[in-house]
Amino acid sequence: MSDSVLYSVLLLASLGVVAAIMLYVVSKKFYVFENPLIAEVEELLPSANCGGCGSPGCKAFAEKLVNTEDISDLFCPVGGNEVMKQVAAVLGKEVAEKDPTLAVLRCQGGCDVRPKTTEYQGPRTCAISAMIYSGETDCQYGCLGDGDCVNVCKFDAMYMDESTGLPVIITDKCTSCGACVEACPRDIIEMRPKHKRDLKIFVGCLNEDKAGIAKKACDVACIGCSKCQDICPKDAVLMVNNLAYIDPVICTLCRKCVEVCPTNSIIETNFPPKKVKKVESESEANVESINLKTDA
Amino acid sequence: MLKTFPKGGIHPPENKITSSKGIKKMTLPKVVYVPISQHIGIPAEITVDVKDKVEIGQVIAKSGGFMSSNIHSPVAGTVTKLDKIIDTSGYKKQCIVIRTDLKDESNFTDTAYPLKTTITLEPKAILQKINDSGIVGLGGATFPSHVKLSIKEGTKLDHLIINGVECEPYLTADHRLMLEKAEEIIVGIKILMFALHIDKAIIGIENNKSDAIETFKKIITKDDHIKIAALKVKYPQGGEKQLVRALLNREVPKNGLPLDVGVIVHNVGTIFAIYQAIQHNIPLIERVVTVTGKKLENPSNYWVKIGTPITDLVNEVGGLPEDTRKIVNGGPMMGKAIKNMDVPVTKGTSGILVISEDEASRGEPKNCIRCGECVDVCPMGLEPHLLMNLSEKGMYEKASAEDIMTCIECGSCSYVCPSHRPLLDYIRFGKNSVKKMNTSKN
Repeated sequence: MSDSVLYSVLLLASLGVVAAIMLYVVSKKFYVFENPLIAEVEELLPSANCGGCGSPGCKAFAEKLVNTEDISDLFCPVGGNEVMKQVAAVLGKEVAEKDPTLAVLRCQGGCDVRPKTTEYQGPRTCAISAMIYSGETDCQYGCLGDGDCVNVCKFDAMYMDESTGLPVIITDKCTSCGACVEACPRDIIEMRPKHKRDLKIFVGCLNEDKAGIAKKACDVACIGCSKCQDICPKDAVLMVNNLAYIDPVICTLCRKCVEVCPTNSIIETNFPPKKVKKVESESEANVESINLKTDA
Repeated sequence: MLKTFPKGGIHPPENKITSSKGIKKMTLPKVVYVPISQHIGIPAEITVDVKDKVEIGQVIAKSGGFMSSNIHSPVAGTVTKLDKIIDTSGYKKQCIVIRTDLKDESNFTDTAYPLKTTITLEPKAILQKINDSGIVGLGGATFPSHVKLSIKEGTKLDHLIINGVECEPYLTADHRLMLEKAEEIIVGIKILMFALHIDKAIIGIENNKSDAIETFKKIITKDDHIKIAALKVKYPQGGEKQLVRALLNREVPKNGLPLDVGVIVHNVGTIFAIYQAIQHNIPLIERVVTVTGKKLENPSNYWVKIGTPITDLVNEVGGLPEDTRKIVNGGPMMGKAIKNMDVPVTKGTSGILVISEDEASRGEPKNCIRCGECVDVCPMGLEPHLLMNLSEKGMYEKASAEDIMTCIECGSCSYVCPSHRPLLDYIRFGKNSVKKMNTSKN
C-alpha cells in the first residue's frame, strides 16, 4: 500500500522534473527577442482594440510606434494627447498634439420632418440599401436609418432613437475612433473638434439639392440661402453646392448663424439656454442629441 | 429534345400577357429627360446648352471615351434644363431636359421605312456607324456595341448568336419585334456577318415564341447561313454564357467573354437598331418597351422615345391601378423597382412592370434551412447561400475566392429560397465590396 503511494509520487515528481527541464531548454533555445518597449507602450494604450489608429489593434499599434522612426503622424484617438505624451516619454520620440474630436451627426431628418416617399423591403443595413437606391425619403444625402454606425460602435456610444429613426451619439462615451465614419455610406458623420464644455455649432444637413427640392424632401434641410455666410463675422461659413459648411477652426461659436437660419438646419449643442427661453431639463444636458437643439 | 443550358435554371410563371399586342406608336412626350449615362462605362459629355434648338437625331452628348456611347436627341425641340433627375439607380443623375416642339413635323415622320436589303457600306464604315449611332446592348446590360464589335485581329470568330430568348417573365418587347420586323432583323444579321466576316449565325428563340420561330423560318433561305434554334423555356437562358452553352455547347471561361470561345452575342433589339442605323441612318433614339402588369387596363408594347418619363407610359395604358405597390423597370427577375414615376426610359429599359399589392410582398427572411435549392438553381454553379454569408460577415477575400464575381445576378436563388433569404441583395453587396477591395489593392 505505502509502496504504491511512494511510486506514484516519485513517478509524478520525476515527470515534473523532466518536463521542467524540457521547458527550460526549449524556452532558452527558441527564445524570441521582443523589444520590451512594445509591452511597455501597449500597457499605456487603452486596450480598446478599436482600430481607430489605423492598426488592427493596440498591440500592433504599439509595435508600429516602437518600430517607426518618426511617429508624429501616428495618433491614438481614444487615448488622446495624454496617452500619446506618455508614449512619447517612454520612447523618447516627438508626437504631434491633436485637438480632441467628437463624432457629430450631420443630418436631422427624423421621421417627422422628412417624410417617407417609398418603402424599402430588403436587408436592413445602410450599406445594402444605399447600394440599391437613395433611401426611403426623397433626400439622397441624409441618414438611411438602418444603424450601421450603431452596430460598429465598440464603445456603446451610439444608439438609434426610435422616435426619430436617427442615430444618437453619446458625447461622453465617444472616443472618436472613426468606426462610424467608415461605416456610414452617406458620410453624414463628421469628426469635429471637441470644444470646452462640448459646445458645437454645425450644419446638420448634407443636402446639395436646390432649395425647393431640398425643402420639399426635408423640413430642416439646408437650402443654400447663404444667410449664415452673410452674417458670420469671421467668414467661417463656406457655401459649396447649395450647402453651408461651418469651419470648426474659424468658428467662434457666436451663434449668429443659428438665429438667422430659416430652416433650423444649423445645430447648436450644449449652449446655456438664452435668457428668454425656458430652461431645458438637465438630464439631457450632456447627451448630445439633435433633439436638444434649442430653437432659434 | 430541345436545347438548353445544363446547369441550374428555373421556370417562373411566364405571364406574357402582351405577346399578342402589336407594337404601338407611343404618343409624343411633351418633355423628355435624357440621362447622359445610359450605358455601362464612362458617361457621355454634354454638347448642347440651355435654350439650344435640337433636331431629332442630333448628337446631344458625345461619347466620353472608348467605353462610352453617343447620345442623340430623341425629339426635335428646345433644351430647357441641364439638371439632375432621378433615374433607375434611385439616385439623381445628370440629364438633358428637352421640351418637344409639337409643331415640328420631323417629330411625326413615320419611322416605318421600306425594307432595304442591299448593304452599301464597307465593314469598317459599318463599325464606325454603329459607334456614331450610340448603339448599346438593348437586352438590358447596355454594353456599348462598338466595344463588343472591336475585335482584335487574329481572333478566331465563327458564330454570331442572336439572342431572341427573352426569358424574363412578362416581357414581350423582343418577341413582338421579331414578329413585326423579322425581315429587317435578318438584314441586320447579314450586316454584322458581313462586317465581322462571320459566316454562321444562329438565332436562339425559346419555344414559347413558336410564332416568331415560324416567321424567321419562312424568311431565311439556305444561302443565308442563318439557323433558327428553338430552345427549351428556362430562365436565365438570355444570359450570354447560358445561351452560348445552350446553342453551341461551349463553356465561356469564368471572367471571360463569349469572344474567348469564338462567339459574339447580340440581342435582337440591338440587331434591329443596327439595321436602322446602317440602312436608314437613324441613331438609337427609340426602343420597344413592354408596359405590362396584371391589373393594368390595357397593357401593350410601345415604340418609346428614349427619355420619356414613365408617367407618360403608364398614362398611355390607362393609368395606375389603385392597389399598385411597385413599378419595376425591366422584368420581374432582373428589373429594378423605381423610386418615382419621373424616372425616364433609357436605352436599357425593356419593360415597365406594374405590380399590385398582393404580388409585391417579399416575405419575412428566416434562417437558412440548408436545403440546397439555391445551389441547384444557380446557372453559374455557385453556392449562393455561402456567398451571402461571406458578404454578410465581410469576408470578401474568401467570397472572391468562391467566385462571387462570376455571379450574373439572375436572382434565381432568391426566387427559390423557401426561407425568403435576401441572397441576391447580399451577393450584389459582396460583389461591390470585392470590386472596391480590388481597386484599393491596385
